[in-house]
Amino acid sequence: MSAENLVQLLYLISTALFIMSLKWMSDPATARKGVFSGVAAMLLAVAGTLAGVATTGGTHYWWILGAFAIGSAIGYPLAQVPLTAVPQRTALSHAFGGLAAGLVGTAKYFLYFGRGDALSLTPFIVVALVAEILLGFLTFTGSLMAAGKLQEVKWIPQRPVTYPLQNVSNIGMLIVAIGMGTALVMNPLAAWAPYAFLGVILLSLAFGVLMILPIGGADMPTVISILNAYAGLSAVAMGFVLNNKLLITAGALDGSSGLILSIIMCKAMNRSFANVLFGAFGQAPQATEAGESKAYKSDTTESAAQVLEQASLVVIVPGYGMAVAQAQHKVRELYDLLKKRGITVKFAIHPVAGRMPGHMNVLLAEAEIPYDDLVEMDVINGDMPQADVALIIGANDVVNPAARSDKNSPIFGMPIIDADKAKTVYAIKRSKNPGFAGIDNELYFLDKTFMLFGDAKSVVGELAKQLAGDNGH
Amino acid sequence: MHLSENAAAAIQADPSHAAGGHGQLDFMGALFVFMLASFIGVMVIQRVSRLLHTPLMSLTNAISAIAVVGAIIVSAGKDYPPYIMALGLVAIICSTTNIVSGFLITDRMLKMFKKQGGAGK
Repeated sequence: MSAENLVQLLYLISTALFIMSLKWMSDPATARKGVFSGVAAMLLAVAGTLAGVATTGGTHYWWILGAFAIGSAIGYPLAQVPLTAVPQRTALSHAFGGLAAGLVGTAKYFLYFGRGDALSLTPFIVVALVAEILLGFLTFTGSLMAAGKLQEVKWIPQRPVTYPLQNVSNIGMLIVAIGMGTALVMNPLAAWAPYAFLGVILLSLAFGVLMILPIGGADMPTVISILNAYAGLSAVAMGFVLNNKLLITAGALDGSSGLILSIIMCKAMNRSFANVLFGAFGQAPQATEAGESKAYKSDTTESAAQVLEQASLVVIVPGYGMAVAQAQHKVRELYDLLKKRGITVKFAIHPVAGRMPGHMNVLLAEAEIPYDDLVEMDVINGDMPQADVALIIGANDVVNPAARSDKNSPIFGMPIIDADKAKTVYAIKRSKNPGFAGIDNELYFLDKTFMLFGDAKSVVGELAKQLAGDNGH
Repeated sequence: MHLSENAAAAIQADPSHAAGGHGQLDFMGALFVFMLASFIGVMVIQRVSRLLHTPLMSLTNAISAIAVVGAIIVSAGKDYPPYIMALGLVAIICSTTNIVSGFLITDRMLKMFKKQGGAGK
């Protein structure tokens, strides 16, 4: 077997293992096998590539080894972050992925240009190169911005930033970049071509920043998913440039994952892609004059604990507030105490609760809550009328009945968890301010709703203490 | 600058084509692979448990670091100018970061998912 065939064979096995890796993610019971299969696939891919470059007189192995070492040294601590920081970490690694693709594309172009290699710079290759750097670099800065917003870095505005003609100027920039790309495709070796290439890079970098400016925290799950898809597609473009089928396949798997997650997130908010990217959600919190006449009913944790004790089905609705307060371990205590009393406790998970897809599930799993009790929105809603207590922990928009009834509400049409159908509602809320979308939540003014104001962690801790106390614990 | 005779020789010397395929560019074939892989991707991902969407994202993060393949090819080329190699090496660092942190954190998260009364207790 020739060396080249050996390389292709390794790539083939690697591709199959990548597909199996994702297939095993269908069930938590097999998911860890998926990770091992992914690691094996990656090792084969690297081994195959090194073997491939060795047969064609590759050099610089020590440098490459050094780069592996540095990458591992950065990667290891990044894998140890607390789980509340997982959205930032994910955004940051999208940035690395985009940068890697962009740099490889840049290197390839200047390599061919430097050699005057007209045979390599076919229109197809140049289109792929332009797509690679465009997607790569805009993913790089866009993801850095997203990571900064999630980490609440001071100099990156948290609230959506909007200004007049924002969409027009953003799209204008993109059109200029594509125009320069087209010129490159026609004349990849012209004297001005490297400047056009650098121009596309600069525009992509700027576009990435401007694209994320108008996006607020509530839209982060969708945006992270879209950036995930872009990172995958830039790897596909790299595959086209290098004529490498492994890159194309693995990139396509990543791209389709990002695409599907974005679609799920958009559906869960009843919004379109265009609306997420250009809509600047919650930019104009309306002055809620009517809200002032309404009053919240607050309650004490003592009486809340008594009500919880009498319940037979308690549904807990977690939201971003639980993540911010790191309340998941206290929630677990409460869960255990209620279970001990024979009370059924379920968690209602809205697809966009938190700052990235599946955020709540991971936090609750960290607190060792069995995943059979984490129930998807569509399933739990059927049980909500039977629930004696709906306990809302730091969630807001995902339980706002205005999404069902109020046509003027910005969240109208968004599927919600029907917390208002439970017999009693307790809502733990940090402050009396409206939620992220800047809209009042009617749920809090219902007769059956009681508010528990305070930090989620301390309020849940209080509740657990009350329940434990009664038990003579 | 360079002559086009050199270009033909350059292609043969360029390891990316040998490592990546048949020495000639087969873009229809590449598009076929892309199309089929996207369909497989969509079908496989649709069946991923919703519980695992966060680990799925960190796993695909690691998978998309397959860009390391391109980065190695760019870094290892014989007679490439040093700045080309430098770009490639930075790309290797970025990709390796994603490979290491992506797989490790995915496994760390997946270990936490336990069933009721499961073996983990």
